[in-house]
Amino acid sequence: MDLIYSTWPWYVAGPLISFTMILLLKMGKKFGMSSNLRTMCSIGGAGKFVDFFKFDWKKDVWNLYVVAGVIAGGFIALQFLSPTAPQLNKEVVIKLQELGINSTNTTFLPTELFSLKSLLTIKGFAIILIGGFLVGFGARYAGGCTSGHAISGLSNLQIPSLIAVIGFFIGGLVMVHLIFPIIF
Amino acid sequence: MKKFISLFSIGLFLGIIFIKSEVASWFRIYEMFQFKSFHMYGIIGSAIVLGIIITTYLKSSQAKDFSGKQIIIKPKEKGFTRYILGGVIFGLGWGLAGACPGPMFVLIGTFLPSILVLIVGALLGTFLYGVLKEKLPH
Repeated sequence: MDLIYSTWPWYVAGPLISFTMILLLKMGKKFGMSSNLRTMCSIGGAGKFVDFFKFDWKKDVWNLYVVAGVIAGGFIALQFLSPTAPQLNKEVVIKLQELGINSTNTTFLPTELFSLKSLLTIKGFAIILIGGFLVGFGARYAGGCTSGHAISGLSNLQIPSLIAVIGFFIGGLVMVHLIFPIIF
Repeated sequence: MKKFISLFSIGLFLGIIFIKSEVASWFRIYEMFQFKSFHMYGIIGSAIVLGIIITTYLKSSQAKDFSGKQIIIKPKEKGFTRYILGGVIFGLGWGLAGACPGPMFVLIGTFLPSILVLIVGALLGTFLYGVLKEKLPH
């Protein structure tokens, strides 16, 4: 029961993620999440305006089945498997306090950023929308995200994936260390 | 239907991992970019190391998938500019929103409206890439 209710350690979660990647390969598919965003744009009719979305998306519908499962799994884990509040290193807690984030160690997501109250402010709304926008734009530009490049691509020893992952870290470090002090 | 159930189950399993290991938590991503915890590096690192071993084995043994077809993993297109620029833009968003595409979907289960805004943002970003694709250096 402990395994169900407490935080899964890295040496459990990491191998389980590779296991799902292998299962997808054995199903004749691949592990990649961001391509679903393109499929969704195409289903929504984006192909009428932009050629990039005119593709045979029916071939990729299988990946939306995975997404449906991910959403259901998240719902189950968040509602019934007592999601834990990440317990962070003390120094990180203090750094977050300096940014005005005090919900650390008590919630799964910071209420200062994800609550409805914050979403209804211009700044709160902009942070979430721009964050999502950069992820969507960057993932398609780089041709993959954490699953497609960091996990699948590096597992297959792809140099392009290594370049992309280095980019992910440059971007993340710039955001957290240089831009956060300006916006928070 | 069988295919739907199998793929849905893989997703379900993945969704539970994302929550129970906390990789879908904004806090864990922030902590990772502060280099203050091994947790995220352990998860990504062990997934990659094990992934390399199994992928290499599948390729060298010319393993077949469940339907009997040989598993072929398409190599990524060669290049540099698109990977580094796209990667940096993605990383900026990953650091800000604390979620990459998988965790975005998994967080729908929080029922927070902000997650829907996050996903709409990601769809808009994907759409704008499609619009600008021919004008961007790749």
